[in-house]
Amino acid sequence: MNTALEYLRENRLPHIWCPGCGHGTIMGAVVRAIARLNFDKNKVVIVSGIGCSSRAPGYMDFDTLHTTHGRALAFATGIKHARPDLKVIVMTGDGDATAIGGNHFIHAARRNIGITTIVMNNNIYGMTSGQVSPMTPKGALGTTAPYGNIDRSFDLVQLAQASGATYVGRATTYHVPLLIDLIEHALQNDGFSVVEAMTPCPTYFGRKNKMGGAVELLTMLKDNAVNIKAASALSEEKLKGKFLIGEFVNKSEPEFTNEYAKMVEQVQRKFDTFQGGLRECEQNSD
Amino acid sequence: MESQKKQFKHTIRENWCKGCNICVAFCPKKVLELRNGKVFAARPEDCIGCKLCELRCPDFVIDIEEIDATIKKVTDANQVDYCLPPEAHQ
Ligand SMILES: Cc1ncc(C[n+]2csc(CCOP(=O)(O)OP(=O)(O)O)c2C)c(N)n1
Ligand code: SF4
Ligand code: SF4
Ligand code: SF4
Repeated sequence: MNTALEYLRENRLPHIWCPGCGHGTIMGAVVRAIARLNFDKNKVVIVSGIGCSSRAPGYMDFDTLHTTHGRALAFATGIKHARPDLKVIVMTGDGDATAIGGNHFIHAARRNIGITTIVMNNNIYGMTSGQVSPMTPKGALGTTAPYGNIDRSFDLVQLAQASGATYVGRATTYHVPLLIDLIEHALQNDGFSVVEAMTPCPTYFGRKNKMGGAVELLTMLKDNAVNIKAASALSEEKLKGKFLIGEFVNKSEPEFTNEYAKMVEQVQRKFDTFQGGLRECEQNSD
Repeated sequence: MESQKKQFKHTIRENWCKGCNICVAFCPKKVLELRNGKVFAARPEDCIGCKLCELRCPDFVIDIEEIDATIKKVTDANQVDYCLPPEAHQ
């Protein structure tokens, strides 16, 4: 049997995503990584915002939350804060994570809170029919950029890295074995982890930009991806128009809920000695 | 090198297939085809069991089962050369 199905709500399938939409592939990669690590289903919480991508938790057989647009990380922060023993995974779209949810994203990274964030980047707002997102490439077409997108796009890996994430990786839905490996590593990191999964939206991005269907879009991802390990050997000219995939950051730094628990303990101890001091003062005052 | 060629079984949940063609286009051995908008294993004897179709299918349609084979599991992303075609690992 397909290992992925053991972690999915089979009675909800087939899912609503369009033919060739990579969101299903990413959801498969997440559950396969969880299967490899053999996590207890009752100790995993999946949180999402709003968007096509954010529908993923509805199909996943864990405790799941489908929240409001851009706020998945805020809800996830609350969950992790209340129950640091749980594995909290956020599944979010490029619009959800970097537009309306951009501030949550950089500050969750700055805090290094133990949440694994999977950004399902299809370079567009799929659910609302193809508006440009902060991750739409410059020059690409969208319903809000009928003559081409003027803005430059975020490089999510650099954004996450600069904001303080302690695990950062990027893969595509063509490079699924790599994607699963990265998610597996991200889930093993104690702090804030980000995996960007680049994926085709044939219905809006592909069609609007006349780039063809899922196969053509995946071929583009295949042809333009360069593994970070190979990149240093390539000239700048050869890297032009390409993007990097692989593991960019994997380091250990103090995690927020651990630091918080330590702080509480410290303050309690201080308060206890302070109270003792007070009692002493009272006794001596007469 | 094994002297005997491994065989693989393809289980297909046809009613979930959306005919996107991803598995067909990227199968390294051209094992799969679409028939009336649904996938089927046209040349199962050529399958090398790379499972890429199973992993890439967005709709969880395909299961590849290895008949009598030990599965090699590599988990360290830094140890795997993803630039190599999947056939090279066989
Ligand atoms: C507060 C709020 N603003 C706007 C919307 C409308 N809206 C719904 S989904 C979405 C964008 C989704 O894009 P993305 O996160 O990239 O996910 P995708 O659909 O591409 O997977 C927007 C703007 C909303 N639901 N709530
Ligand atoms: S509109 Fe795009 S992102 Fe949404 S389900 Fe369809 S292909 Fe996927
Ligand atoms: S396992 Fe590999 S070779 Fe076999 S059908 Fe799937 S993609 Fe093709
Ligand atoms: S990738 Fe999946 S949904 Fe697409 S044609 Fe193949 S089996 Fe069908």
